[in-house]
Order: sequence, then structure tokens, then C-alpha cells
Amino acid sequence: MTKTAVSTTINGDAAEFLCETGETLLDVLRDRLDLTGSKEGCGTGDCGACSVMLDGRLVCSCLVLGVEAQGRAVETIEGMAEGETLHPLQQKFLEHAALQCGVCTPGFLVAAKALLEVNDDPSESQVRYWLAGNLCRCTGYDKIVRAVLDTAKDMRSARA
Amino acid sequence: MRYEAPATAKAAAKLLLGAKGSAKILAGGTDLLVQLRSGMKPPGLVVDIKHIAAMSGIKKERGGFRIGAAVPSAVMGENKGLGKAWPGVVEATGLIGSTQIQGRATMAGNLCNASPAADSVPALAAAGAVARIAGPGKRRDIPAEKIATGPGKTSLKKGELVESIFLPKRPPRSGDAYLRFIPRTEMDIAAASAGVNLTLDRKGVCTAARVALGAVGPRVILSAKAAKALIGTRLEDSALEGFAAACSAAATPIDDKRGTKEFKTHVAGVLARRAAVIAYERAGGKP
Repeated sequence: MTKTAVSTTINGDAAEFLCETGETLLDVLRDRLDLTGSKEGCGTGDCGACSVMLDGRLVCSCLVLGVEAQGRAVETIEGMAEGETLHPLQQKFLEHAALQCGVCTPGFLVAAKALLEVNDDPSESQVRYWLAGNLCRCTGYDKIVRAVLDTAKDMRSARA
Repeated sequence: MRYEAPATAKAAAKLLLGAKGSAKILAGGTDLLVQLRSGMKPPGLVVDIKHIAAMSGIKKERGGFRIGAAVPSAVMGENKGLGKAWPGVVEATGLIGSTQIQGRATMAGNLCNASPAADSVPALAAAGAVARIAGPGKRRDIPAEKIATGPGKTSLKKGELVESIFLPKRPPRSGDAYLRFIPRTEMDIAAASAGVNLTLDRKGVCTAARVALGAVGPRVILSAKAAKALIGTRLEDSALEGFAAACSAAATPIDDKRGTKEFKTHVAGVLARRAAVIAYERAGGKP
């Protein structure tokens, strides 16, 4: 099968890859670009473990074709920390022990970051609704929600 | 599987018409990619409509709103004017899936996927929404409720695709609402649903109404009889009782894992009644 050449931007850097039309963006990230931070949980858009930003919008990369990334900007979990410095959300997830096995964590972090970008003072209920598309079978969600609320609080006071 | 991303609706229609095997339209992909994954034979051609300018925005037109077929739900939810004019339609579309799904899923896709339980469809039918169909010939406009003909089936001919959905200008003192019942609290498929759109006169008497039921038949049910039960009333308790009974009588659900026939029949009436009260209050009626 002939492959399609795709030029895109990933975490701010230009990237090019060849893929078959049936491959998802998640397949491409993991298998062709070695960006294995995004996880495949369900592959049908239910669990959110593959969450990425596509042109500034939170999406499941398992529900995007790789060829659709042509000319667009993709942000993944690999772009979240700056070198050795963790993003505040990553730091808070550690402090609150908001993870156990870690498979859902990249998706939660990408989704939570997207929330705080549009709302720096979310209520607990807003956090829970926003993250309803991210499933975790270990933590029971409480620690995750608290970590997100705590990060939002810190980010607000840092700005004040 | 060939992938094409044409720049015009004409070009998309030409591609679809010329396809040798099966062809699928890709908007948000939240149904198509799941179907591909669940073992559907891959189509020979996928036509991505997100590069078509006429399908990619929300425009005001003759006092109403024209929503492009490639506009994701999240963008609808962020449009304050649209939310103010048609809150029921925007809320119905906003109920579909998670934040991630909202970033991709489109109302036109929801319509053309032709699921009997599609959340936006009863709201669109109640709203009197009109779908604009592009194809090899001239564009044509048809009522949104005429798109789906049964589960997974549409009235669109080969080479045709929905270009946009038009929500008309509403008279003063109008309101709409959509409610659904799901077994969980979030992110589930409707067991029964109802969309109500009504207009009041200065005294708060209902002068026009459209009522649509979802998930209680192979396609959306637009009930003129139920609407009649509201017209001429101020939605007093007795009127609402008759209205709920008319909605239950119009429902033709099946038994499945989401509920029994009896349950869905009853709940369709309950939801319609509650939606009617919300629509009434949105129209400025006093409870």
C-alpha cells in the first residue's frame, strides 16, 4: 500500500512522517514517531488515555487519522515538562499521589492542562465534568481532582 | 482506503459520486473511526470535509444561524449568540460524549450517522432545522428530520452530503429545550429523549409548538398530536398531563439493554413534559 507523506508540527517542532490512511494519529505518534507517552486504552474515544491537543483543542488521538495532522499543530504529553522541570500539574500529581499504574496519567495531564488554559478557577464539579472523558481504574479520581484544583489555586496566586 | 480533503462542496460531491466502492464522509470522525475499528470493511474512499470553507463556520443568516457541517460541538457551545437563540439545540449537541469528543463531533455527523438515539436530532426536529444538501446537481434544502430514514440509513443519494444546518429566526417569546434519560449520570446513550420548541403570545398562551421524541422508534418522532396538546394552553398541570400522555402514546420503543418498552414509553412523556416547562420558561412564560 502506498503511504501518504504528512508534514505537521508536534510540540512546536516541525515533523514529517509516512503513514497509511487507516492509521490513527495515536498509531503514528507511538509507532512511527516514538512518542509513546500517549497511551491506547480503548481505541474508541471512551477512555481519554490518548488525549492530545490538535490545533489547540483537546481530542482523542485514537479518533483522528494520522493524515488529518497535515498542516496542523499537535501537542502531546512529551511537550508538557520543560526539560527537567515538570509542569505544575505534573508536580501536583506527584505530591497528591494522583496516580497508581500511570496508564491514564498522560491523558489526564493533557486534559487538565487544557481545562486550566480556559478556566483558571474551576469548581470541583467543573473539573469532574471536564475530565469525565478520562477514565482511571486505580485512584478513584479524588486525588486527581484535588491535584487539579490545587494546581489551579497555585497558578492563580502565582499570577496575583 | 484513499483519503481526500477537497476544498469545495462541489469537489467533495464529485469525489463521492465517482467512488468505485464504498465512500465515507469524515467530519469529526467520532463515529467513523469507531466503526472502522470495530471491524467495518474499510471504505475505498474517505472524504474529509474539514477543509471546505462553507462547512467550517457558524454564520448569521436572515436572523437565524447557519452551522457548517464540519463545525464541532465545542465551537457551537462557545458561540454565545447561538446559545442564546437556540439553547435547546446547543445543549443537546453538548451532551454528546466527553470534552474530547466535543472537540471533534459535529451536529451534521450526528444527523447523518442516523442513530435513533442521536441527541441533537430531536432538538433539531423540534427547532424546524433545515439541512442544506450539496451534491452533483443544485443544492437543496430539506427538513433535518427527513435525513435519517432508519438506524444507520439516510435519504442522501450517492454524491450528496450535508453542507450546513440552518436554524431559522424565531418569533419573540420562543424557547426550546432538550432532555434525555441515560442510565448513568454522564456520557451515555439516550434510552429516551425529547425536544420541545414553542412560542407564546403576550399573555403566555402557547401559539405554536414542535415536539420531537428520540430513541423511542427507529427514527425521530415528530408528534403533531403532542404539539396540539400544548397549543392554546399556558402549560397548566392539566395541559401538561395530557401532553405527557400524548407523547407516551406517540412513542414506539423496543426492549433493549437500556430499558424496557414500558419504561421508555413512560419516560418519554415525563421528559417531554419537563422539557416543555423549561422551553416555556425560556420563552418568558411564568411557571
